[in-house]
Amino acid sequence: MIHSLFLINHLGDIFLEKHWKSVISRSVCDYFFEAREKAVDPENVPPVLQTPHHYLISIYRGKLFFLSVIQTEVPPLFVIEFLHRVADTFQDYFGECSESVITDNLVIVYELLEEMLDNGFPLATESNVLKEMIRPPNILRSVVNTLTGGSNVGETLPQGQLSNIPWRRAGVKYANNEAYFDVTEEIDAIVDKSGTTVSAEIQGVIEACVKLSGMPDLTMSFMNPRLLDDVSFHPCVRFRRWESERVLSFIPPDGNFTLMTYHISSQNLVAIPVYVKQSINFFEAGSCGRLDITIGPKQTMGKTVEDLKVTIHMPKAVLNANLTATQGNYTYDCTTKMLVWDIGKLNPQKLPNLRGSLSMQTGVPNPEENPSLNIDLKIQQLAISGLKVSRLDMYGEKYKPFKGVKYVTKAGKFQVRT
Amino acid sequence: MSASSAFNDEKGGSSSVGEPEYGHDPASGGIFSSDYKRHDDLKEMLDSNKDSLKLEAMKRIVADPNQLIRASALRVLSSIRVTIIVPIMMLAIKEAASDMSPYVRKTAAHAIPKLYSLDPEQKDQLIEVIEKLLADKTTLVAGSVVMAFEEVCPERIDLIHKNYRKLCNLLIDVEEWGQVVIINMLTRYARTQFLNPNINESLLEEGGSGDKTFYGSDEDEDEDEEEKEKKAEVAAMAKRKPYVMDPDHRLLLRNTKPLLQSRNAAVVMAVAQLYFHLAPKAEVGVIAKALVRLLRSHSEVQYVVLQNVATMSIKRRGMFEPYLKSFYIRSTDPTQIKVLKLEVLTNLANETNISTILREFQTYIKSMDKDFVAATIQAIGRCATNISEVRDTCLNGLVQLLSNRDELVVAESVVVIKKLLQMQPEKHSDIIKHMAKLTDNIQVPMARASILWLIGEYCEHVPKIAPDVLRKMAKSFTNEEDIVKLQIINLAAKLYLTNSKQTKLLTQYVLNLAKYDQNYDIRDRARFIRQLIVPTEKSGALSKYAKKLFLALKPAPVLESPFKDRDHFQLGSLSHLLNAKAGGYQELPDWPEAAPDPSVRNVEVPEWTKCSSREKRKEKKVEKPFYTDSEGESGPTESADSESDSATGSESSSGSEESGSGSESEESKEASESEEEEEEEEEEEKKKKKKDLKKPVQERVFLQTIAPSSTLKSYELLHRITGEGLSVEYCFSRQPFSPDANMVAVQMQFTNNASSDTKNLHIEDVKLQSGMRVKEFPEIELLPAGETATAVMGIDFCDSTQAANFQLCTHTRKFFVSIQPPVGELMRPVFLTENEFKKEQGQLMGMNEITEKLTLDVKCRNEHTIVQRVTTAANLSRVPCGSDKEFAGRTVTSGSLVLVTVATKEEGAAQLTVNCEKMVIGTMLVKDILQALTQ
Repeated sequence: MIHSLFLINHLGDIFLEKHWKSVISRSVCDYFFEAREKAVDPENVPPVLQTPHHYLISIYRGKLFFLSVIQTEVPPLFVIEFLHRVADTFQDYFGECSESVITDNLVIVYELLEEMLDNGFPLATESNVLKEMIRPPNILRSVVNTLTGGSNVGETLPQGQLSNIPWRRAGVKYANNEAYFDVTEEIDAIVDKSGTTVSAEIQGVIEACVKLSGMPDLTMSFMNPRLLDDVSFHPCVRFRRWESERVLSFIPPDGNFTLMTYHISSQNLVAIPVYVKQSINFFEAGSCGRLDITIGPKQTMGKTVEDLKVTIHMPKAVLNANLTATQGNYTYDCTTKMLVWDIGKLNPQKLPNLRGSLSMQTGVPNPEENPSLNIDLKIQQLAISGLKVSRLDMYGEKYKPFKGVKYVTKAGKFQVRT
Repeated sequence: MSASSAFNDEKGGSSSVGEPEYGHDPASGGIFSSDYKRHDDLKEMLDSNKDSLKLEAMKRIVADPNQLIRASALRVLSSIRVTIIVPIMMLAIKEAASDMSPYVRKTAAHAIPKLYSLDPEQKDQLIEVIEKLLADKTTLVAGSVVMAFEEVCPERIDLIHKNYRKLCNLLIDVEEWGQVVIINMLTRYARTQFLNPNINESLLEEGGSGDKTFYGSDEDEDEDEEEKEKKAEVAAMAKRKPYVMDPDHRLLLRNTKPLLQSRNAAVVMAVAQLYFHLAPKAEVGVIAKALVRLLRSHSEVQYVVLQNVATMSIKRRGMFEPYLKSFYIRSTDPTQIKVLKLEVLTNLANETNISTILREFQTYIKSMDKDFVAATIQAIGRCATNISEVRDTCLNGLVQLLSNRDELVVAESVVVIKKLLQMQPEKHSDIIKHMAKLTDNIQVPMARASILWLIGEYCEHVPKIAPDVLRKMAKSFTNEEDIVKLQIINLAAKLYLTNSKQTKLLTQYVLNLAKYDQNYDIRDRARFIRQLIVPTEKSGALSKYAKKLFLALKPAPVLESPFKDRDHFQLGSLSHLLNAKAGGYQELPDWPEAAPDPSVRNVEVPEWTKCSSREKRKEKKVEKPFYTDSEGESGPTESADSESDSATGSESSSGSEESGSGSESEESKEASESEEEEEEEEEEEKKKKKKDLKKPVQERVFLQTIAPSSTLKSYELLHRITGEGLSVEYCFSRQPFSPDANMVAVQMQFTNNASSDTKNLHIEDVKLQSGMRVKEFPEIELLPAGETATAVMGIDFCDSTQAANFQLCTHTRKFFVSIQPPVGELMRPVFLTENEFKKEQGQLMGMNEITEKLTLDVKCRNEHTIVQRVTTAANLSRVPCGSDKEFAGRTVTSGSLVLVTVATKEEGAAQLTVNCEKMVIGTMLVKDILQALTQ
């Protein structure tokens, strides 16, 4: 299946390679570099490339390309999903997934790659199983290892992969038993010029941080589970129970994990928390433009909108912006043509406004396109879909855990067209 | 790395885990000690190689007591890519394939492709190993062995027959990567074994009659349909009966559906392609939602999913129509994603939504991303050709774009307009004129060439302008690109034929220029055209037909999706994505015209008699699927040794499977018919059930026990030797437990065989799974020597077969004991009339119904014995006056109905149906009753 893996940084240097079968020459990456060159934007490199003897499947994560070499038919998503799982594992182990961190921890990286794939087929991808075999680095251990020449390979044999709940190891112990759940919802919306919603969807995710001793069996129920018609679960969730009773019943992995994600599609009515009044005009005469943006609250369910930010990708011809903001700061980056207006908290009494003129390149015809506005925002203590956790019960263990649920609504891909 | 950890252990432990230990090892010693001797000669051979590593690895595979070490050793050995070790590797794999630890067997499965790539000659032997491992019943092995199967012998579909049902049932508990491989393989398998579920339906698009005109491709599709319909007719003629879905086909669809909820995009995609290729048209829709959900994932995932959605949306448009808005494009999407979304939007366009789509397209045209704008223009062109109502609107829009400032936009518009005009040129001479003017400004070769072609083709519509254009072109001929030059020659030739008076000289001039062009294509073309159009003495017969050749009426081009017909590749595959066959791609076979014998998949019920009841219990525990337990039980981590029994158990049963009988085909046909009726009803049933779920089912519960008609089976709790004289037996008394109706009454009989009295018999330290409860029996203060006493305790098993563990204490000792109920004891009988029974049964269809065919034991052919055996196996009461033998009960804790039907037929054939809301209970009950009836 997966023959080799190359890690390539944004400069196009191959800084790590790993082969699971035979060694394949680095020159195979030239085809990729060619495509990379052609694509201009790293995001536009086709994930699947065909070369005379191999197929190259790559992902772009954290300014790095993970490039895998394939020789025979394999579902491309299988490889892509696996590569992302590799990147997730690095993130999990080292806190971030960047070139410097990977080169600093090369030994662990190779150990991980060796365990994650056997002869090109995924072997152990569950973080819990991996951590049992290869311990994540910490300062103390790396000091001790340097002094004693020890390694970070686990001393005990990994029992996790033998269990039928591979995501949890036995014998977990905590002094404080706690379980926190973050319900985060992101609104993906397209609002057109006139302020009508073209499409709006909600992407929800329940992230959990569970630090409970022993083998707890948790049950989470919702006030309004009917909202959730399209869900995907961590493998620990008992699907049949969800089907029949609409409760999440699971033995949680230890530590941080994504319990479930859900999607509320555009067919449902999605509340849009803010409205935007905007006018961006470019004038032929005098080669200048005018910009006027006002943001106000729309359906916020009585909560405050925070961290409000507007990002506009201006046309190439816009040289500079001379604006005044009644609230917050704005910056304009002349090279990337990005106008960022950082507003902060939205005050319904005094609506934030940004207006002023844009100076344009002379002698160049007016840009035809109107840039669209990307909105970022955050609303604490609210799940915009109305989802609410009604209770969380624990079975199987005697102690009383501390439980907490937090709701946040954010703007996902929230775009206002002009 | 486990491999290196294995080595560390080897170095550190080789002195302590020396050879003498092999015999002592309880797990492996007995079986493998003889094998070890057999490898002595290998040892010599290896020693001569001076490769102690291999030897060490081999030793470990054979003899290490720890399964993880055995597995790691095999991994190391199989990763040595030296042909000389092939025979040893083969031996090691064979050894490991019959290891008692499933993890080692999994590693053996992983080693198979490695050996195969090292030495393909070993294929036959490896297939034997694969066959053996395919029969394995653990989820751990299933994914890896199917992967090995796909790599070594994907053509040996016959190996799957016997394992098909098991794979379907295990699927949900297999690790995610294995799921992908299994689902893809089963898709192929199903295509060879079952009938096309859509064979009787017309394959029209769901959109209705209007659709047919949308696609330029519809002619082909029509042919396709006709062909298929013909096939269907033939099939129908041959069979003279309507399509009946094979229950195994249904099983596959049913068991894969929950995986659409997987977090792994590859699994979701695998299920989606399975449904696309195998499901009846009405059911394919379920995958749309899941695929749309994946669009939120990483952009690479989006890319692949959109490619597949694009292919699917051509065949099954209706499926994605509700999600139209999810394919709307954001300015922040990468270009390749934008283009794919555009493709999907175009495929989804029809009369009803075209106005919304066109409005969207209008915003896209203003984008800064010019490649995307070009793609949008193409998309508009396709919409225009597909939907005649909007053709003029689109054309007008495109003409407006001709005055766009961006040259690329104009050029793309020209190309698209050219195609559109070809459909009805007479109406649009003004557009052609407008375009002729563009030649002064447009520099994009493709656009110039398109304009020239248009003018040449429709020169009668623009008689005045055409010669002038040729004049200008002749002037700039030498500086043009090749495709433009070719079109200039073309234009010149056409004008010469229609208007030779004005253009004769110009044409000569152009042809002369072309004669000395650097490009030989152009020189050739010039020579050929000169001969054809300019009459000379030598000119042949062809020149008479020059006009017909050049000015023939040309059919309008068909603008079709690049994704059309891509579905002949299995969706989700690399080959589909590249639209080219990748190495190792297995063709998706066409549906067979007549279904092959379905009985090949029948598996004879394992003979439980061979393994003791203890082993059976254990095996159940190991096999207990994680997801299917609805009762919040947690499967404890299995250790290597606890699984050893199950492994031997499964082997013995797999042996008996191979002798499966093929005589059940008649029965299975009947069964499949009844299945079909159920399928039709299923939808309605589901709806009904949803409504009915809330109101409690009314029934009369007779609390006074309907006395069990059979003797109670007693089990041993404590043997008198381990109990130091105290022996305890228990039985499930099947009496209501008065202190708590939700508990199962367990009657215990204590016998004191010792010479001294036992005092203070009581229970302590009860260890239970969550939700379970125990009501202890009152302490027995004194049990004199030789006496016997009975006591009753109640256990609420929570409708699961989890054991209740506790300590039985006397005044001197404590004994660890556990009570594990057979599933039949987890219920109490209820009285139902036949009508009530039928009604309840009707509400427990679909997933809640399990049907098995069986051949009754010879001694068990009369009604009385059957009733007796069923009621012995499970605490149920018979429905009086029933036509079949029907039994009813409720689970003790949750009160879920359990309905059992045994329908007998001639010659001992029978069908067992269990309807129960708790599927785990149902499955286990089927097994137990089957065993009771077949022994």
